[in-house]
Amino acid sequence: MNDKPIIEIKNIGKKYTIRHGAGGYVALRDVIANIFRNPFHFAAHKTKVVMGIETKEAFWALQGVDLSINKGEIIGIIGSNGAGKSTLLKILTGITPPTEGEVVMRGRVASLLEVGTGFHPELTGRENIYLNGAILGMSRKEISQKFDNIVAFSGIEKFLDTPVRYYSSGMYVRLAFSVAAHMEPDILLVDEVLAVGDAEFQKKCLGKMEEVVKETGRTILFVSHNMAAVEKLCSKCVLIDGGKVKMVGKTKEVIDFYLHSRKEMSSYDLGNRNDRKGSGFVRFTSCQAIEMDQEKHLLRLTIGYKNKTAVPYKNAKISIGIKNAKGEDLSNITNSVLDQKIDLRAGEGLIEVEIKHLNLETGEYLLDLFMATDSLNSEILDVVVDAAVININNDCFYRTKRLPPVPSKVLFDFKFTQHP
Amino acid sequence: MTQTSTQPAQPTEYIIRPKKIFSFQDVREVWNYRELLTFFTWRDLKVRYKQTAIGALWAIFQPFITMVVFSIFFGNLAQVPSDNVPYPIFVYVGLLFWQFFSGALSDTSNVLISNQAIITKVYFPRLILPLSSVTTKCVDFAIAAFILAGMMLYYGYAPSLASAAIVPLLLIITFMAAVGGGLFLAAINVKYRDVRFILPFFIQTLLFVTPVIYPASIAGKYSWLLALNPMMGVIQTARATLLHTAPINWHLVSISFVACLALLVIGTAYFKKVERYFADVI
Repeated sequence: MNDKPIIEIKNIGKKYTIRHGAGGYVALRDVIANIFRNPFHFAAHKTKVVMGIETKEAFWALQGVDLSINKGEIIGIIGSNGAGKSTLLKILTGITPPTEGEVVMRGRVASLLEVGTGFHPELTGRENIYLNGAILGMSRKEISQKFDNIVAFSGIEKFLDTPVRYYSSGMYVRLAFSVAAHMEPDILLVDEVLAVGDAEFQKKCLGKMEEVVKETGRTILFVSHNMAAVEKLCSKCVLIDGGKVKMVGKTKEVIDFYLHSRKEMSSYDLGNRNDRKGSGFVRFTSCQAIEMDQEKHLLRLTIGYKNKTAVPYKNAKISIGIKNAKGEDLSNITNSVLDQKIDLRAGEGLIEVEIKHLNLETGEYLLDLFMATDSLNSEILDVVVDAAVININNDCFYRTKRLPPVPSKVLFDFKFTQHP
Repeated sequence: MTQTSTQPAQPTEYIIRPKKIFSFQDVREVWNYRELLTFFTWRDLKVRYKQTAIGALWAIFQPFITMVVFSIFFGNLAQVPSDNVPYPIFVYVGLLFWQFFSGALSDTSNVLISNQAIITKVYFPRLILPLSSVTTKCVDFAIAAFILAGMMLYYGYAPSLASAAIVPLLLIITFMAAVGGGLFLAAINVKYRDVRFILPFFIQTLLFVTPVIYPASIAGKYSWLLALNPMMGVIQTARATLLHTAPINWHLVSISFVACLALLVIGTAYFKKVERYFADVI
């Protein structure tokens, strides 16, 4: 049995159905109301679905994933947000079944997708250790045996009989991780949990994980955005992109490949967008991020426009609103703030924007584009909301490739100096 | 490092693939996770009694106060007949089983939503959660049963010897009904989130078509209609054996048993069918 891989993933696929407009669930009253309002349409639709003529819009979060993992390996899984890393872990833990393919597991599996799963605020630290341990798959006997170690590791002995709702977030995470660190499965699946807690405790946890692997030959699958942690822990790495395995290999090579591949970015054709405002004498035609240089934290955008009149617009104002994925405005880049003059010539033109010292956290951002004539007699020419989505990867903002211990929306370029 | 875990152990080699509907594997899995079941039950009890100032007394208060109010309004003022048994004890026997059933039903149907954080992060047989809600209600039932014992003493009723066998049987029937109905509602509730707003009304209505506050005999020749309701058989039989209101109608008990078993099978089958989507939808 030893020569067989401990995890064999064979052609795994996971399909989600996209529902339009609605959230994750539906209201029964809407379904019923719909049946009564439109019984024929409902019946016709059902028949079509049953006969397979009309299929729902599907989205493959994972497709054709093949992997085999040997005993004692620590595998890092990296990829951008939405690449399918977490879906893969969820399938391996059994939380959600795959749509196709199969996985063979040869050992006891435990997962750590979140620290403190099932912690109840009203219960004391002691009670939560038992509860959380049981949820993670430990038996009562096993928890009792390790209880002292768990408490010692967390360093919260004094507050053991205090309900955890009085805990600081640091204490909470410590306790939660301590329980998790004492699980003894053959295969441990870890998702991004080290993003929490202070740096020292993170180090302690990484140390514990390493120690555990060396001593017991445990297999770990580790999903993270923290490249430094991946590099430190894992010997082998898997890059997932768009639901597929893009690369498997030595950690360093895969990480380098990943970071470089992020340079090429998507371009957005804005010519056919109808949901826009403004007079329309000049229209944005495209928006493209041409370069994202990780080391220099540089983002370069090109914005195309088309001036439909025969005369140039002198002193035009162009602004780019940057929003996070939730749609909250973060900042606005505009030539007027720099007193820089832009002339929109007749016909088609291209404007380049360079953003230096880009210091936003890793994630997806939305761009709004705005264009107006000179400010004295201002006339709005064109507005495109959510013109483009850009992926910013700043996991290596600091040369150490570490990220601040507390999730940070903005990363500052800073320096410490000690005075004698 | 010790490897002595007596565990929710998976077999050393197992395969994950697109899920099939119910198999006996599931039963074994639930059995393997029985410790988690007790932990969830323990958590629910502990949290509930921590949150209410009067703690465990709550389990006694609730049926007791209901009994007093019902006795005053239905027994004294409305003169509802009670099969020649003092109304308070008549209604309390009904309430005891009814509150077990209705409490379990409503808790079970919400249990998946109130534990969604766990469902999306950890794997365990999902059946554990609804089962633990019903088990929690069993504990409440046991506590509330003490009052009944006191009342029987006060009114001078001795349970027949057969009660020792019949009451557990009735509990099993109620358990099956609550689990079956609960699983069905819990699964629907995940998909259609507005179901839980209708549920209290639905349960309220059920109370009035179940002979809890009145004897089944009140319906006269239509009382067979009430027999369609499995809880009727349970409550009738409980009264018969504890208060000697009538000879035990074994016919009725068997109908209830079969109906509840069917409910359990249907509920479980439906739950298992949609279970795989819980983590995606919830």
